[in-house]
Amino acid sequence: MRIEVLAGPWLGRLSLSALPTDSPVAAGAALVAVLGALGVAGYITAKGRWGYLWREWFTSVDHKRIGIMYVVLALVMLARAVIEALVMRLQQADAINQSGFISAEHFGQLFSTHGSIMIFFMAMPFLTGVINYVMPLQIGARDVSFPVLNSISLMLTAAGAALVMISLVLAPFSTGGWSGYAPFTELRFSPGVGVDYWIWAVTLSSIGSTLTGINFAVTIYKKRAPGMHLFRMPLFCWTALCTSILMIFAMPALTVATALLALDRYLGMHFFTSGGGGNMMVYANLFWLFGHPEVYIVVLPSFGVFSELFSTFSAKKLYGYTSLVLATMTIAVLSFTVWLHHFFTMGQSAHINAAFGIATMLIGIPTGVKVYDWILTMFRGRVRFTTPLLWGLAFLVTFVIGGLSGILLAIPPVDFLVHNTTFLVAHFHNMLIPGTLFGMIAAYQFWFPKAFGFRLEERWGRVAFGCWVTGFYLAFMPLYVLGLEGMPRRSAEVFDEAFRPWLLLAAGGAVLIVLGMAALVLQLAMSIRHRDRNRVTVGDPWDGRSLEWSTSSPPPEYNFAEVPEVEGRDAFWTMKRSGRAYPALDRYAPILLPENSAIGPWLGVLGLATAFGLVWRIGWMAGLGTAGALFAVIGWSFVRRSGRTVGERQVERTETRWHAALVAAVPVSREHECDPRNRGLADVAA
Amino acid sequence: MSVGSTTGKRRHPGLNLHESDAHPSDGEVMFGFWVFMMSDAVLFALLFAVYASLGVNTAGGPGPHDVFELGPAAMETLLLLLSSFTFGIASLAMKYRRGMALLQGMLALTLLLGLGFLGLEVHDFATLQGKGALPQVSAFLSAFYALVPTHFLHVSLGCVWIVVMMVQLRMSGLDRTTRTRLLRLGLFWHFLDIVWVMIFSFVFLRGML
Amino acid sequence: MDGDGGFRRELRDYVVGLVLALGLSGAAFALVAWDPWPARTTLGVVAALAVLQLVAHFRCFLHIDLKQSHRDDLQLILFTAVIIGLMVAGSLWIIFNQNQRMM
Repeated sequence: MRIEVLAGPWLGRLSLSALPTDSPVAAGAALVAVLGALGVAGYITAKGRWGYLWREWFTSVDHKRIGIMYVVLALVMLARAVIEALVMRLQQADAINQSGFISAEHFGQLFSTHGSIMIFFMAMPFLTGVINYVMPLQIGARDVSFPVLNSISLMLTAAGAALVMISLVLAPFSTGGWSGYAPFTELRFSPGVGVDYWIWAVTLSSIGSTLTGINFAVTIYKKRAPGMHLFRMPLFCWTALCTSILMIFAMPALTVATALLALDRYLGMHFFTSGGGGNMMVYANLFWLFGHPEVYIVVLPSFGVFSELFSTFSAKKLYGYTSLVLATMTIAVLSFTVWLHHFFTMGQSAHINAAFGIATMLIGIPTGVKVYDWILTMFRGRVRFTTPLLWGLAFLVTFVIGGLSGILLAIPPVDFLVHNTTFLVAHFHNMLIPGTLFGMIAAYQFWFPKAFGFRLEERWGRVAFGCWVTGFYLAFMPLYVLGLEGMPRRSAEVFDEAFRPWLLLAAGGAVLIVLGMAALVLQLAMSIRHRDRNRVTVGDPWDGRSLEWSTSSPPPEYNFAEVPEVEGRDAFWTMKRSGRAYPALDRYAPILLPENSAIGPWLGVLGLATAFGLVWRIGWMAGLGTAGALFAVIGWSFVRRSGRTVGERQVERTETRWHAALVAAVPVSREHECDPRNRGLADVAA
Repeated sequence: MSVGSTTGKRRHPGLNLHESDAHPSDGEVMFGFWVFMMSDAVLFALLFAVYASLGVNTAGGPGPHDVFELGPAAMETLLLLLSSFTFGIASLAMKYRRGMALLQGMLALTLLLGLGFLGLEVHDFATLQGKGALPQVSAFLSAFYALVPTHFLHVSLGCVWIVVMMVQLRMSGLDRTTRTRLLRLGLFWHFLDIVWVMIFSFVFLRGML
Repeated sequence: MDGDGGFRRELRDYVVGLVLALGLSGAAFALVAWDPWPARTTLGVVAALAVLQLVAHFRCFLHIDLKQSHRDDLQLILFTAVIIGLMVAGSLWIIFNQNQRMM
């Protein structure tokens, strides 16, 4: 009875039967999600922090705060997706000639959410967050070009992530994988709301990412400090620029793919259906027009991070700067020429496969150039094996292995043999875990002291590193073997006893990775607890080379009291060596900053309402959400904003306090950079 | 007062304003809008590619020859091209300070032409429905209804934007904000023209051949 | 301030743009209406007219030209054209090839 009341016309297809009560695992996950959300909300309420969060964070347009919020979002989603991975590995280790502990339907949802989250709600927010935080500081800017747009992008991405989290409670999610291939995802074969969840979550995030790409590209083009020519930018900014360009030009393909799929599902059109003249191959084509550049969107920023790490921790300038820049640009352009290698087996002629296979192998060349450049950066340097650098080393070795298996896959006949097996799963995890995740974790370890004013504990960082890297090899190397033995990917059950030892090994690796995740959490908790002994207020704990290290830690909201003049590459390093770092200003000027704005969170909420209404066919909600968003934007355009001025007095107070800490700090040599003596002032004489 | 932008000394070309009216960071806004339009251009290009891929799949339903008509398409083209011209005059009225009456009048004329275009298109869509050419009939029609109405939607948003600008001009006259907004609206409006040229050439004219 | 001269010069740009736009579109429509040539030829000419009109719009309405100071936008547009070319040409190559093999 009650269910019918709930399923009234104003609730569309939504009813109590959406609750995942049939499976204990799914119900448990939903419960954890609900309790987690309630717990966090309860904690904030108890502490009376809602007002603070709203004023200082949610409505903030400061690129640093937005960057931090992106990374927090990414870490939360990472936790969920890693646990899902563990459940899948345990299921496969268990379900050999028996049905295992979760249903095939549930397994399908798991690999779909795992993939979608890892790409759209972990990798993308993580790299967007890091670029947001670091890039403006590195080019000597006070903010990005469009600070309010930045907040809107964040909130749209968060709305997409929220939709995926909601699907845990009001189930089900799609079983169509992260790529949502038609015609399986068409209404006829996936009649439930799962695919709709996927469509709208991904669409929200792709709109957010397109806007982010525009914002970053314009910032890098137009907001560089005087003297910061393009070819003087730190390499991380170059990778940020190329990633932004890829976002600008590749994201529309995803938007078109999901929009047309939605038209098929909602209005009964025939783009990708099996009948009515539809062509499912057009979907695969559109999706990978986005999907392949996407691979480089998530990999390039890590390349930038590692470039910074290798040179900083080897105390050497980057070897082959120009070749690294050219390699990055080449990769960005070539990434638009290889998308077909994701569907070699779709039935086109051999000569087309050959063309795209060759294009794919070509990408290996600039990537190889980069690897040599990084190795040569360390060559004869004074390499310090800090936690961030360890991730870098693990990346170098692991990424090359993954790259080699990629060259194998670029050969169409080989691809035909291992197509749709776990060999492929092993390959792309072998690229994306070191190439994206390790890079982002390294970035987190490297720039955390910049953002929060204290270093992360090395010891737990090393434990996390050990668990992740060992766990990675254990979890994914067996999948190469299994793939060659013919195990299909995405199988809820397998029927070959010979797979058992490898699947057990892989499950063990997944357990280790979850432990690595736990070690990261512990590291953070321990570091917050012992923050006083790890403070690096002065701001330069690693003897850094680029401008972000020339500010206090954390940097003031205006970043630079006076925008620095740049005279070459490694700007801050040169300043330190020539005694021009930390100039004392005798006069301070007032600084104009953008005002906070509530339009971002509002558009996020309205976007979420629209998407939720569309998923469950709740017409009024979708309509109100869309109309609300339109009116919010129009209304906002009538508000006159003059910006917020930080007075010279306040600038002076902040700067004086920092200079006092600077004078009090003892310069620390590199041998002591990981112990409490390090207050963030580098000994440049050493 | 020191403002974040420092490389803005080089004026941006899309900034078709007098030196005295242009603020250094306005170039940034214009360039950002250009980048957005290029992203939007990719979106349209892909819809064209989908149309080209699926256009032959009429699945026994009506084909391009049965549903397209030259007359209305030519009329729509005329209205849209004229509206680009009237918007151009509006931009000049703003740049050379030829008075608010001319500026508002030209915007109103542009709006009318835009609405006329939309009206004709609505009529077209209704005629198509009358001929049984619904988007659900075939992949060809689905692709058509994805491409042309997306342009229609863009023009509608452009019309809303013109109305908003007319109100804002009335409220606060020409200042930095309204000036750059009008410039961006101009880019958007001219850009939609280009998309329409592609639509009539590669959808209507090609379909009539 | 370059008062009247500038206004007239720029007005002329727009007038030229309008005349070109109307002329080129008119020619394309007329060609299809009268249909004097085989379809393939007409299609080629219509496509060429469309490209010409695209250039005319960029030049006269969007003020894109080859001046040094306008290079940012020009490069952006050319890069976009390359990407669009890769995407559209590649897609059609793949899909038409598959269509052919399914016949």
